[in-house]
Amino acid sequence: MQGAISTSRSWLATLAIGLLLLAVWQALASSGGGSAPAELSDYDKLMGKSPGASVERSAIPTPVDVFKRAGELFADPFRRNGENDLGIAWHLLDSLRRVFSGYAMAVLVGVPLGFLLGLVPWLGQALNPFIQLLRPVSPMAWMPLALYTLKDSGASAIFIIFICSIWPILINTLYSTASVRQDWTNVGRVIGLTPLERARKIVFPAAVPMILTGMRISIGIAWLVIVAAEMVVGQSGIGFFVWNEWNNLQISSIIVAIVMIGIVGLVLDQLLGALMKQLSFRE
Amino acid sequence: MKGQTMLRPTFPTVSTASTATPGFLRVCGVRQTFSTPKGDFPALSEINLEIRRGEFVALIGHSGCGKSTLLNLLAGLASPTAGTVSCDGDVIRGPGPRRAMVFQNHSLLPWLSCFDNVRMAVRSVFRAESASAVDHRTEAALAMVGLTQAAHKKPSEISGGMKQRVGIARALSMEPQVLLMDEPFGALDALTRAKLQDELLGIVEKTESTVVMVTHDVDEAVLLADRIVMMTNGPAARIGEILDVPVARPRDRVSLATDPTYAECRRALMDFLYRRQAHVEQTTA
Repeated sequence: MQGAISTSRSWLATLAIGLLLLAVWQALASSGGGSAPAELSDYDKLMGKSPGASVERSAIPTPVDVFKRAGELFADPFRRNGENDLGIAWHLLDSLRRVFSGYAMAVLVGVPLGFLLGLVPWLGQALNPFIQLLRPVSPMAWMPLALYTLKDSGASAIFIIFICSIWPILINTLYSTASVRQDWTNVGRVIGLTPLERARKIVFPAAVPMILTGMRISIGIAWLVIVAAEMVVGQSGIGFFVWNEWNNLQISSIIVAIVMIGIVGLVLDQLLGALMKQLSFRE
Repeated sequence: MKGQTMLRPTFPTVSTASTATPGFLRVCGVRQTFSTPKGDFPALSEINLEIRRGEFVALIGHSGCGKSTLLNLLAGLASPTAGTVSCDGDVIRGPGPRRAMVFQNHSLLPWLSCFDNVRMAVRSVFRAESASAVDHRTEAALAMVGLTQAAHKKPSEISGGMKQRVGIARALSMEPQVLLMDEPFGALDALTRAKLQDELLGIVEKTESTVVMVTHDVDEAVLLADRIVMMTNGPAARIGEILDVPVARPRDRVSLATDPTYAECRRALMDFLYRRQAHVEQTTA
């Protein structure tokens, strides 16, 4: 009962804070100028077309502008009028496709490799310096190398996702495999399982929760990085969309895209969270 | 085999070394030294022990006296630095299903149901048998500890006493020649512990298993064991004394409470543990 009251109270507070922020935003953005699209006048200003005229107009769109723009963008999200006029849904799907391709590769490489390195401690130790050296490198630093060797912008973006999402998966798998509770491996030895059976029936299941934690961290990182990667290489994708709208000075579109990126990221994280809940065990 | 224990003299006899007759389980001149960053740590020094087939032996001593180390050597989970450990004439070189172990903290795999925990052991030991035969053995083992109802629950869904029962069922399902138990009831409340001890007595009587049990509980040792191996304090622990418990079986805890032989055994144990081997680090014990 107490819990239900405090939950509903926090929901009310969330709603109130959200409305307050929107109101402040609306007030700040609309002060010193009308709510008419500011982009054109700013564009003119940048082009030096109207020196001295309407200089006070804010460049930041109001929430109302953004909602209007969102309405336009989602009126026909699957629009496809040639290569240069794609609906926002296509951009999102392209980004998701790249994230899933690179991420799937990272899982397919990271989990078996981490498992092997965890099972063979000297091998894990031998490769550890390389992992530690490459892990802190910003994935975007790989981009020129990827473009040069792969010679394809889409493949390069997928490679960037692969390289940024493999580390948490690899390291979590390695660590959890190497640190499986000795009691459990002893059980395997006492009941007479072969080393291979112990790896399959005891070590791997015991490592699953931590492997999934690594996968959850990775999907978050991958979704962060795809936006940056597509700004550099894209002909499509949500990152390309943001950069393209910036070039068009469509600030409202950028804000809509930011919210969309946040929502998709949240959904991806929750999906992995649900999978973790499904496959983890309680002790 | 059981009959012999009942024919022993009615007063406890104390011997400082094991008997000369070759045993089923033999520990000969065993030393165990662990390498630590601070240098070598001698855990056991010069252990000699003979255990007969069908005998119930308790290992008792203060914390850190190496009794679990000795049990791990018998299990084959560790190898001695010097000396040999053998079972039925064969030197023990690694763990094997002939020597089943019940672990201190039950060590059930939390992602498997109780049934699957036991079944994994059965499948591993009886590899030639069909799936239905394996299922049948699993059911029989769980029935022996009275857990048929909870078979399909996960370990996290049952009580500590039930978990330890599953651990015992897992060990028994392997039809081992030796049952090794490492403080199996240490983490349980007194009532549950008593119940499980009684059940274990019944099972051991029925299966005529050879049992080696590590314990730090004087009453448990006297109630269950034919012989009690008392270990001196570590480091470099040795066998201090071996006490015969000439109490007839089947044993009943209530009538034992007034049994003079039982009382004398308890007194001998307590004298060893709390007078002669009183622990130096009382605060950490």
